[in-house]
Amino acid sequence: MNLLYSDVETDLRASVADLLGDHSTDLWPRLVQVGAHALHVPEELGGQGASYRETAVVAEELGRFVSPVPFLTSAVMATAALTHLVDDPRARDLLQRLASGSATAALVVPLSSWDSWPDGSGLVQSVAGALTADVLLVPIEGRLHLVPSADATVTPVVSFDNSRPLADVDVSGSPTTALSGPGDAAVRAALVAGAGVLASEQVGIATWCLDTTVAHLKDRHQFGRPLGSFQALKHRVADLWQSLVLARATARHAATALTTGDDTPIAVSVAQSFCSPVAVRAAEESLQLHGGIGMTWEHPLHHYLKRAKANEIALGTPARHRATLAPLVDLPGPVGAFSGAPPSPTVVP
Amino acid sequence: MSQARELVAALLAAHDPATSERLEFLRARFDAGLAWVHFPVGLGGLGAARAVQQEVDEALAAAGAPDNNPRRIGIGLGMAAPTILAYGSAEQHRLLRPLWTGEEVWCQLFSEPGAGSDLAALATRARRDGDDWVVTGQKVWTSSAHNARWAILVARTDPDVPKHAGLTYFVCDMTAPGVDVRPLRQITGEAEFNEVFLTDVRIPDSYRLGEVGDGWRVAQTTLMNERVAIGGRAVAREAGMIGVVAETWRAHPDRRTAAAHDRLLALWVEAEALRLAGVRLRQQLAAGSPGPEGSAMKLGFAQLSQALSGFEVEFLAEDGLRYDDWTMRRPELVDFTGRGAGYRYLRAKGNSIEGGTSEVLRNIIAERVLGLPAEPRVDKDVPWKDLPR
Ligand SMILES: Cc1cc2nc3c(=O)[nH]c(=O)nc-3n(C[C@H](O)[C@H](O)[C@H](O)COP(=O)(O)OP(=O)(O)OC[C@H]3O[C@@H](n4cnc5c(N)ncnc54)[C@H](O)[C@@H]3O)c2cc1C
Repeated sequence: MNLLYSDVETDLRASVADLLGDHSTDLWPRLVQVGAHALHVPEELGGQGASYRETAVVAEELGRFVSPVPFLTSAVMATAALTHLVDDPRARDLLQRLASGSATAALVVPLSSWDSWPDGSGLVQSVAGALTADVLLVPIEGRLHLVPSADATVTPVVSFDNSRPLADVDVSGSPTTALSGPGDAAVRAALVAGAGVLASEQVGIATWCLDTTVAHLKDRHQFGRPLGSFQALKHRVADLWQSLVLARATARHAATALTTGDDTPIAVSVAQSFCSPVAVRAAEESLQLHGGIGMTWEHPLHHYLKRAKANEIALGTPARHRATLAPLVDLPGPVGAFSGAPPSPTVVP
Repeated sequence: MSQARELVAALLAAHDPATSERLEFLRARFDAGLAWVHFPVGLGGLGAARAVQQEVDEALAAAGAPDNNPRRIGIGLGMAAPTILAYGSAEQHRLLRPLWTGEEVWCQLFSEPGAGSDLAALATRARRDGDDWVVTGQKVWTSSAHNARWAILVARTDPDVPKHAGLTYFVCDMTAPGVDVRPLRQITGEAEFNEVFLTDVRIPDSYRLGEVGDGWRVAQTTLMNERVAIGGRAVAREAGMIGVVAETWRAHPDRRTAAAHDRLLALWVEAEALRLAGVRLRQQLAAGSPGPEGSAMKLGFAQLSQALSGFEVEFLAEDGLRYDDWTMRRPELVDFTGRGAGYRYLRAKGNSIEGGTSEVLRNIIAERVLGLPAEPRVDKDVPWKDLPR
């Protein structure tokens, strides 16, 4: 279990950061060009043959830039679901299109899904990635169905986090193709991969918030001193840094566990339940320590706050992940009470 | 087979743990270079990477070999030894073997009534007299002084210069005339630490570590290693305080509530995060790029053990109202997770004070890691003797 960043990962981070820092052209095609969207996809399926560890590094950078790209939804979640059903040639074919960058896909579940999700035969609310996806992956009655998004009703909603815009999706009446293989397990695989990678995105967000706040505290003067010389503020950023050290270790562990398949359920829920509160607190502290400017639409901080807070709900809140952990780590709840969510999903019809 | 593994095999062949006397085995282990492999050859090490140690420890433990009871000699291992290694003479290096085997316990004579967080303000005076130094002053909160054969000591050799410049670092013989150790009873009931009065204690100049006036720099080596030691141990999932509290939880289904359940799970997650951060820190050390993460570990450890032990007392309800024993004792070793829940709760309070308080750690993180400006100082360029006290 190596929790450090390899040299390759460090180089990858630098090249993705260069790319994300340049706002002159559309981001997604350039991410595709460097292969960042298909790092953990095997080479025989047109991917880079790397692993979730590299993918998680990209997610960190996307968090640092709150980039509005369908990375989590298509490159991670839809890809994980399809990989699970790769024996079906139609799944394989779509997977190859995703890996080549010629299409994106989205799993039609509410972004908040973790241990359960609604059946996709009716209206599904708050789906991420659907607005830009070419193909929708819809769980209906235990199977995953392919639906070209042009055939579905995809209605944009006003999203709390504009950088990951949501839509309500309705495929009733659309022609759908059922993929063979266990659809529920495929959805589950997508949610687990998504949650594990999302932890790294939260680490990226927290990193930006901490770095930006520290820079501000060095620069801004009040009472004839830099703000950063006031101990009340120093201790708050020191605490943030401390939590981030821990968060980074959990996120690296989750990415490693997704790669090896070892300890995955525990590693993912530990990372998700730990990193989200850290990212949210980093964004909130950042806002407070910026004062009035932090409250403005003009300053980029609010994008980070909104993304961090939305991410806290996405793919299972911290409390849900703790409930998932309870049976896995043998810490049962009160006698006679619901003792935590089961490790396998229950599908709510 | 690696060199370390070969040496382990040879040691075990020559000294069967089942039949060897404990001390004989430990001495042989030291002489084989398997005590602390990152130390130089001849001083209990192999000049190898720190990472090799775990392999050695595991192989020896698996063979049923005795260990040196590291918790009993933590100050020697974690603080005195790295400092002696870095600054010591060949003669001083001879102290390392009995230190490591535990034959000689060490203590740390740093804190004083007037100098805690502000260690550099300390007042214990050392005056040169021929080949000796004559030391007079009072130290306080000295853990294990009652068991100690030796101490690491910082004293003031020049009061006329600013406080950091006038310090010198010594090895002090705790059996020397003029060393008076008196127990200080703690909130747990026992006396783990002491006051140590030094009255005209003669310390040969050959027991000085580092140059005269360079004591502050030498002390930094000690304190840095103290923090590494705290983050440095490999631990299994659910080891330490979380393991104790999780077992208590499992043993008392009737006392569980939904609110307590979520709190415990959050603490479990935090413990796991801290464990993983420790794993990562050790990997950085092994890769030769130690980060500043050690101070994050100490801060997190203190917070977590306090939260967990407080949770446990509350969870135990009526049993939490009882305490195992208030008898004044002088313990041989410190066990944060030993005894009852009440003891653990009270002892954990010291975790954010001993070895540098959490507030001081936050200052260090803010200034040295994050690069924030220091607070305006009133004591920087003033001779120590002119500072207000
Ligand atoms: C169980 C235990 C074992 C110990 N063992 C040893 C030992 O073996 N050898 C040894 O030498 N010492 C030992 N100590 C002493 C320990 O290192 C000191 O207690 C510690 O450094 C704090 O010093 P102080 O007690 O004088 O508190 P003070 O320095 O007076 O601090 C009081 C409070 O003020 C805060 N504070 C102080 N300065 C600042 C600042 N600049 N900014 C913000 N807050 C500040 C502190 O964090 C603390 O909360 C031990 C202490 C304990 C509790």
